[in-house]
Amino acid sequence: MERMGFFTDTSVCIGCKACEVACKEWNAVPADGLNLLGMSFDNTGQLDANTWRHVAFVEQSSGDDLRWLMSSDVCKHCTHAACLDVCPTGSLVRTQFGTVVVQEDICNGCGYCVPACPYGVIDQRPGDGRAWKCTLCYDRIGDGLMPACATACPTESIQYGPLDELRERAARRVERLHASGVSEARLYGHDPADGVGGDGAFFLLLDEPEVYGLPPDPVVTTRDLPKMWRRAGIAALAMAAAVVASFAGGAR
Amino acid sequence: MRSYYGRQILKTPVWRHDIPAYLFSGGLAAGSALLAAGADLTGRPALRRSGRLTALGAVGASAYLLIHDLGRPERFHHMLRVVKPTSPMSMGSWILAAFGPAAGVAAAAEVTGVAAGLGRAAGLAAAGVAPALATYTAVLLADTAVPSWHEAYPELPFAFAGGALAGAAGAGLLGAGAFSAAAGEVGPARRFALTGAALELAALRRLHTRLGIVGEPYGAGSAGRLLRASRVLTATGVAGAVLGRSRVVSALSGVALLAASALTRFGIFAAGAASTKDPRYTVVPQRERLAARSPSADDERDAVGTGREQLADDRITRDLPGDQQPA
Repeated sequence: MERMGFFTDTSVCIGCKACEVACKEWNAVPADGLNLLGMSFDNTGQLDANTWRHVAFVEQSSGDDLRWLMSSDVCKHCTHAACLDVCPTGSLVRTQFGTVVVQEDICNGCGYCVPACPYGVIDQRPGDGRAWKCTLCYDRIGDGLMPACATACPTESIQYGPLDELRERAARRVERLHASGVSEARLYGHDPADGVGGDGAFFLLLDEPEVYGLPPDPVVTTRDLPKMWRRAGIAALAMAAAVVASFAGGAR
Repeated sequence: MRSYYGRQILKTPVWRHDIPAYLFSGGLAAGSALLAAGADLTGRPALRRSGRLTALGAVGASAYLLIHDLGRPERFHHMLRVVKPTSPMSMGSWILAAFGPAAGVAAAAEVTGVAAGLGRAAGLAAAGVAPALATYTAVLLADTAVPSWHEAYPELPFAFAGGALAGAAGAGLLGAGAFSAAAGEVGPARRFALTGAALELAALRRLHTRLGIVGEPYGAGSAGRLLRASRVLTATGVAGAVLGRSRVVSALSGVALLAASALTRFGIFAAGAASTKDPRYTVVPQRERLAARSPSADDERDAVGTGREQLADDRITRDLPGDQQPA
């Protein structure tokens, strides 16, 4: 199967939040309260167990000059996915579409995936106990449908398709934007050489990633795991040596 | 530094107090199994007895804490569906699955007085797994995106190994107070206290000085308070353990060492949680990494940065509350 993904072109996002609503509707994601965060038109705040698409609103102003940056964030479906790596039950799996999905009948709510994610996406659902996140509409794409968010998006800011095609399309889009003077346009998560091996869901941004609440240089934590086990092994040996010395050290 | 309204990027671990408590009890179980095995082989029956009982009690508490923390406790056995080296929690589940029964058999042999040979074999098996039990938890914390845990991966296993030895020493000294026969056998426990505390303090000190910005949470807020209290208790406990010769002083030193070992784990846990809540700890090190990788690309970006970039910087600077102002 071809690897499928999202290309979210934030330069055409109008912040309508149809993606958030469509996602909640289709996936029957519970409501998470009516909260006014008081910072912008974003009253969702972040991706979490009950929010699988999140539209960020960045207001930038200087004097009378104002611009809005809007971006629909989502699980990145990393090539090297930390949540999947650290899951102790095998609940998190890689699908035939190259996406990362939680099997809800297996997850026992250990919570390890939550701090493992370098993007802060996956989360434990209060009252339910299990971990939840975007499935890239696993139940829809298997039947040849588009994910709910991409279907609902009125401006094609959210584009769904084979990842290779999306990457080519994104590169062309950046070129066009640069040619028309939008020099700050840049891709985020498109590069297979980055710290997570490239994202299955990547973005075109108009400012630095951290302005949208995205980490500027995410790295899959398990990249360092061999070194970590080695250090633990040395510490374990040191501990054993200390024990032997403690008993060899004298009669008392 | 720029951010999305100062909001955190990473998720704070959803683990409750069960997990730092387990970091302590797991280490205590491991250290006590080692103390018991050594006591068994060197003919210190009272020290062996207290070690085996502590190991079983602590590993039992560990199992309870770990299952209690699950979002779906009735599915605890899903931990043994797979064997997965990329998941320290999976490895830890198997380590516990090996250690627990061995510690149980050793303690049962101790209490019933039957099958001493089997008890010895089980006790040695538990001791064989113990160093892994004491140190894998460091990998468990480090193998996350949590800045102050991940970057601490070289030091954490030494801190945990040392804490496990010191904690077991504490339990041994306390046990010596309970079993009068053990009073003459606690030499190894004293040395456990000394080497364990030295290992733990040296590892934490190196961690704090080496880590730079992501080392900050270890000295600040509740984490800093817990770790400072732990240092005081460790020093007190070690001094009492090494110098004290009365059973009362030994037992009190034991209490201090146990408390210190627990506080250290809670402190380290709190430091990691704190580092997820401030986007600084995520963004600043990653920006430094990017700049180190390609300083020229960074200059380029600044050069093409239009008025927009400056405008955005101004905006963020103006809007952040005082404590989040970029330095």
